[in-house]
Amino acid sequence: MAQNPANVESEPKPVSAEETARTATTPGESRITPAAGSRQAIFDVDDVSVHYGEKLAIRNVTLDLYENEITALIGPSGCGKSTFIRCLNRMNDLIPSAKVAGSIGYHGENLYAENIDPVQVRKRIGMVFQKPNPFPKSIYDNIAFGPRVMGMKGNMDEIVESALRRGALWDEVKDRMQTNAFGMSGGQQQRLCIARALATSPDVLLMDEPCSALDPISTGRIEDLMDELKKDYSIVIVTHNMQQAARVSDMTAFFTVELSEDGKDRNGVVVEYAPTDKVFTNPEDKRTEDYVTGKVG
Amino acid sequence: MTGAQIAEKARSKPSVLPAPNGRDQLYGRLFRFAMYAALFLAFLGLGAILYDVAISGAPRLSTDFLTKFPSRIIPGNSGVQSALLGTLYLMLICAVFVIPLGVATAVYLEEYADRDRWYNRLVEVNIQNLAAVPSVVYGILGLAFIVRGPLGLGNVLLAGGITLSLLVLPVVIIVAREAIRAVPPSVREGSLALGATQWQTIWKQVLPGSIAGIATGVILALSRAIGETAPLLVIGAAASPRFNPDGLLSDFTAMPIQIFVWTQDPNREFVDLAAAAILVLMIVLLLMNSIAIVLRNRYEQKW
Repeated sequence: MAQNPANVESEPKPVSAEETARTATTPGESRITPAAGSRQAIFDVDDVSVHYGEKLAIRNVTLDLYENEITALIGPSGCGKSTFIRCLNRMNDLIPSAKVAGSIGYHGENLYAENIDPVQVRKRIGMVFQKPNPFPKSIYDNIAFGPRVMGMKGNMDEIVESALRRGALWDEVKDRMQTNAFGMSGGQQQRLCIARALATSPDVLLMDEPCSALDPISTGRIEDLMDELKKDYSIVIVTHNMQQAARVSDMTAFFTVELSEDGKDRNGVVVEYAPTDKVFTNPEDKRTEDYVTGKVG
Repeated sequence: MTGAQIAEKARSKPSVLPAPNGRDQLYGRLFRFAMYAALFLAFLGLGAILYDVAISGAPRLSTDFLTKFPSRIIPGNSGVQSALLGTLYLMLICAVFVIPLGVATAVYLEEYADRDRWYNRLVEVNIQNLAAVPSVVYGILGLAFIVRGPLGLGNVLLAGGITLSLLVLPVVIIVAREAIRAVPPSVREGSLALGATQWQTIWKQVLPGSIAGIATGVILALSRAIGETAPLLVIGAAASPRFNPDGLLSDFTAMPIQIFVWTQDPNREFVDLAAAAILVLMIVLLLMNSIAIVLRNRYEQKW
């Protein structure tokens, strides 16, 4: 990991110059970019490795993810991007053979500490999956499910409406709230899943290739939505689509597969983590350059 | 080129595709014929039995036949009330035992059990095996443990119901597991990712999504239970009682037992009564299976 210039632990603010430069080029943007010194790390990932049984899936990942930004995780298939994102809300707990080592600080609290209940973690850190996975229920009940299991107080109709508005879906579905969600288009289903995740008012949204099953128009809408959402949420997105990473994200982490030290196994590692502009225009590592310019992958 | 010209050209030129292989085609036809023949034979057998039963049984069918008690002496004055009620009660008892136990076991095996543990694998293998154990063996088990032995209930309705429950429990577990497995993992993930607990996920997503499959399986299993004769004979169901079971600890009989008793009678008229009783039992079974089919078609979740 020594070659990783953006290893934020050893070099706390390696990105400030580029970050300032980038926002300066888009003066029309309404988002208030925190000054370089005030960027808040929401996740402090420290030396995380994940084993599936004997196999080491990702090795020694250390990076900070920032509040109210979109962080893209890119890299070839099998490099551990999904494994990594699933560590952030402890979804890997559901795979009996998965073992997570290292620590992930969330607002300074280690998500993998003994006394942390993964159920509570997932209430704060929402997730959207690769394939839209609506429940076989009405649109209304899909949205209301999260708030109900959380025992959220207040007017459920308002909670549902507000979530659908934030998911940019309200106008399309307000007249058919009681129809089955399976009748929606793929793009609508995915926005429903986003709205569903927002209904419990999390502060982080994890998205694992949310657009890979969608057409370009639906993808565009979800990207617009993400841009809107980052005012209120921190977003981490896994994507195979480099243009998408370049379009939407503030920071990009490039994962790749490396041979293990004994040469017998292949592990996912983070090669480079930097502001998106830098990763795409001036990457430090040859492997990043080859990947983002399309020479490999 | 006009269409006619293209057609003309196609005719005049040899086809670019290889000629069909005559032998392959013949085998294809033979295979198809063999399958139709097998299907026909199966239906022929079923049809012949039904025809035979209907010819001798149908004239005996009447509301009197349903409401009268079996008579040992006068066939014309005989009916199946006690047997039909016995069968319905058995089915109820069976449902009460089998649904909670079977569904709970299926939920455990599908949602909680760690397959790497030897005891879970042992349970799985045993359930598969139990489903294949002959029903008469369950009868012996019922006789030794429920009628006599530890429970010592005597040959009463409850003993019959428990014995039949044990008989169909493995089947119910297997179908319930299949229905639960049909709920895609993405639904569980979606639910858990929203901060639902595993229990909430099972109760509010997995079970509602598999309820149609479970109900269908339970009905089919119950219809197997009420058709069983051997275990009830072994545990000692009453022959032709002239009373209805009046409680869980009452003597009882059931349709298959009544049918069996009548077929043993040297008097030909009683054998005709058996045919009529078979028709009644068949109608009950058909009704149950139709309910199962309707449930499946109407409520089964398409993922």
